[in-house]
Amino acid sequence: MEDMILYDRLQFAFTITFHYLFPQLTMGLSLIIVYFKGQFLRTKLDKYNDAAKFFMKIFAINFTMGVITGIPMEFQFGTNWAKFSELTGGIIGQTLAMEGLFSFFLESSFLVLFIFGEKLMGQKLHLLTAFLVFLGSWASGYFILATNAWMQNPVGYEILENGKYVLENFSALFSNPWLLPAFLHNQMASLVTSSFVVASIGAFYVLSKSNVEYGKLFLKTGVLFGLVSSLLVAFPTGDWNAKNVAKYQPASFAAMEGIFETEHAGAEIVLIGQPNMVEKKLDNKIAVPNILSFLTYQDWNKQIPGMDQFKEEELPTNVPGLYYSYHIMVGLGTIFIGVMGLAFFFLMRGKLFGFKPLLWTIMCLVPFPYIANITGWYVAELGRQPYLVYGLLKTVDGISPTVSSGNTLFTLLGFVGIYFLLGVLFLILVGKTIYQGPTPQKH
Amino acid sequence: MELYWYIIIALVFAMFFVLDGYDFGAGIIHLFFAKTEEDKEVIAKSAGLFWDSNEVWLVAGGGMLFMAFPTYYASVFSGFYLPLIIVLWLIMLRAIGLEFRSQFNFSMWKSIWDTLFGISSLLLALFFGIALGNIVRGVNLGGVEGGVSVYEGHYFFLPLWDGSFSPLTNHPGVIDWFTLIIGVIAVVVLAIHGANWIILKTDSSINQKLKSIIFKLNIVLSILTVISLSAWNFINPDALSNFSDRPYLLIFPLIYFVGIIGLFFINKIKNDTHAFYLSCMIIIGGITSSLASLFPVILPSTNDINESLTIYNTSTSAYGLSVAFNWGIVGLILLVIYFIVQKRLMSGKIDHMDYGH
Ligand code: HDD
Ligand code: HEM
Ligand code: HEM
Repeated sequence: MEDMILYDRLQFAFTITFHYLFPQLTMGLSLIIVYFKGQFLRTKLDKYNDAAKFFMKIFAINFTMGVITGIPMEFQFGTNWAKFSELTGGIIGQTLAMEGLFSFFLESSFLVLFIFGEKLMGQKLHLLTAFLVFLGSWASGYFILATNAWMQNPVGYEILENGKYVLENFSALFSNPWLLPAFLHNQMASLVTSSFVVASIGAFYVLSKSNVEYGKLFLKTGVLFGLVSSLLVAFPTGDWNAKNVAKYQPASFAAMEGIFETEHAGAEIVLIGQPNMVEKKLDNKIAVPNILSFLTYQDWNKQIPGMDQFKEEELPTNVPGLYYSYHIMVGLGTIFIGVMGLAFFFLMRGKLFGFKPLLWTIMCLVPFPYIANITGWYVAELGRQPYLVYGLLKTVDGISPTVSSGNTLFTLLGFVGIYFLLGVLFLILVGKTIYQGPTPQKH
Repeated sequence: MELYWYIIIALVFAMFFVLDGYDFGAGIIHLFFAKTEEDKEVIAKSAGLFWDSNEVWLVAGGGMLFMAFPTYYASVFSGFYLPLIIVLWLIMLRAIGLEFRSQFNFSMWKSIWDTLFGISSLLLALFFGIALGNIVRGVNLGGVEGGVSVYEGHYFFLPLWDGSFSPLTNHPGVIDWFTLIIGVIAVVVLAIHGANWIILKTDSSINQKLKSIIFKLNIVLSILTVISLSAWNFINPDALSNFSDRPYLLIFPLIYFVGIIGLFFINKIKNDTHAFYLSCMIIIGGITSSLASLFPVILPSTNDINESLTIYNTSTSAYGLSVAFNWGIVGLILLVIYFIVQKRLMSGKIDHMDYGH
């Protein structure tokens, strides 16, 4: 039983992490493409149109990868988490099916139209298709987050005698107080990823002195979007999420903030420290008193329950993992604001394009928004433990009763192998696209 | 409500097999019959341009199945764990093959990925047929052993095969001689379908030859159909009783047979689109007839202890089904519009169509 659940969780974690590498770019990038296309209509400068089409190519590659790695996610609910699917399918199936039906169709049909239809449709309609691609990908994120929000904070359900959860109120799924903050935060985070990608391709072109004109445009756009989204991801959306966790999942809040003992008045905020699970304290701690209480409740002296207030079986199973994920996410978020702020400052003074160290930094920073996004999800998902549906269904009770651990291990290894190939393919495709650069409009 | 959802989901899956079916079929044809580099190129393209938009139907169908019949989704997906995951891998390998081949212009490189594309298409067709065979044959629900269920009555687990390869043992595997026959039928049907697609969409040099290949495959298909029907009757004597009780259901087998008979005239059919419609009819007829013969059962139990799964004992609450129906209808209308737009835009032969890059 133990290793069985371990492999199931590993498999889910591995495949979803891989899947989420792609949508986080497409969701943000689609918005930046709309911006480029809109600028083209406004200014009539061809470079904006070329930029929109160039990034749509990168979008398309990511989109395809998102589809190929997304199908296993949907299947896995049934294959690995059969009991969970049986019990809750009537509820989360709603939002998942809506995703499949609405957003994906919107996205893929208008993507095709965008790629093939520019001459056919004229520029205004072409902009509209870009907008609808954007709408589709954000709707996709919305439905998926509605699904996840229900697992984090179940609402609108009814429990039947046979133990099944069925839907009692459809609209409650969408007015779930968990949903909107999580959605906005997640979308801003994906915009951070895309801004960094755009800016770093720009930095690459400027530094390597190829496609320099485009490089400057990408840098400028990436930095603008990057600064705004990095700020928004921290405040108000990140803050808002933290308040939600404190309210609905106080045990995970204590764990992610690393509060082992409740303080009498006002909780401190931990900047650095390593959780020591044996002695139940943080080693090498650097903390600032009372800040956490203020950030969470706008009250310097409000008490925040520590992990000592909860029963062992209610605490998240992986406290250090949760703690580190959270601190990595927040730490990186701070760095992003710093770098983008600096870049913006130099941009305004007209010195960014010649300031090589900063360009190198921007170019090399591109993996980190991905890391921040992934660790952010680890915060959400590890914090939900030991429950699969918070407060209702334990993770151990959700797995498939008939699938043995050997089978799960076998398929996990298979996924690792195939995803390796997929990753190589992806890098070749994107690398080639970047190397070829945008194609200037022919007249 | 259960019935409506059952019909919708069945139609969406049938659409998936019709649409993705032609690119699986194109892969099979590619593997066996494409010889020159140009033909390989253009056949790969006839699949490569379309496969991802066709898989949309799988995603949509899967999501709706999950929502409407969660118990069934849980039971079937965990019970057929291994074959399903293998299908996932094949889907991915196929995509990898298709996308990798054109990255470098180097013949050994291409032939590696071509083979991967062809073989995974072939195996996918085989596995989908086998899956249908399993659903028709039924499984040992509850894993009954000496009169006692090992699991809850609606769960089961099948190994890929069991030594005897017989559908009549206590624990048949996923692959036995009966399901294998159905699998081979699926391969033949999709090969025909794929050939029709290639004729319709490309100017490849083998189009004329493909027509006679379709003709021959059609003969094979007719023979296999007769064999499978008698095999089915052998393992389950009242397999066809639904049709005698409700004769109007015979419309589905009729569609199937019209398709087969029509394709015997392949060399006379002037309009390639018509030939393509005939193979669509074979696929739709085949799937709907199998489902109709089981209705309202969706997974028969092979033991007497646990009940078969039906659309009524696996569905979610009436409220869930009916709210979902409201958005489901809107979604389906969008789906159809999407489909028409896409077909319009991508109509005609693809040889001269330039794609993005
Ligand atoms: C670029 C990525 C990124 C950055 C810089 C941040 N986040 Fe974040 N965070 C995410 C990416 C992310 C995410 C991947 O998008 C998550 C996972 C679930 C979700 O809805 O968004 C998330 C979740 C998430 C949660 C919810 C955890 C749960 O559901 O249990 C909290 C409390 C925060 N974040 C707080 C912050 C704060 C205070 C930040 C300050 C800088 C911050 N995040 C930066
Ligand atoms: C938004 C939709 C998502 C849903 C519905 C979802 C659902 C699930 C489910 C069912 C499990 C397995 C049960 C469990 O271990 O609790 C799981 C585990 C996990 N998920 Fe998610 N997930 C989502 C998004 C993500 C993303 C985007 C990531 C990371 C990038 C992620 C990371 C993980 C990890 C690391 C685990 C394993 C946690 C553990 O078992 O300790 N999830 N998730
Ligand atoms: C357990 C969690 C998840 C499941 C089951 C899942 C399922 C899928 C599936 C089946 C696809 C391909 C077809 C489609 O778009 O419907 C897909 C693609 C996509 N997924 Fe996920 N997904 C999960 C997590 C996420 C998360 C956390 C996000 C982001 C919020 C996300 C956003 C997307 C997007 C935007 C696409 C479209 C393809 C693209 O733009 O790259 N998914 N997902």
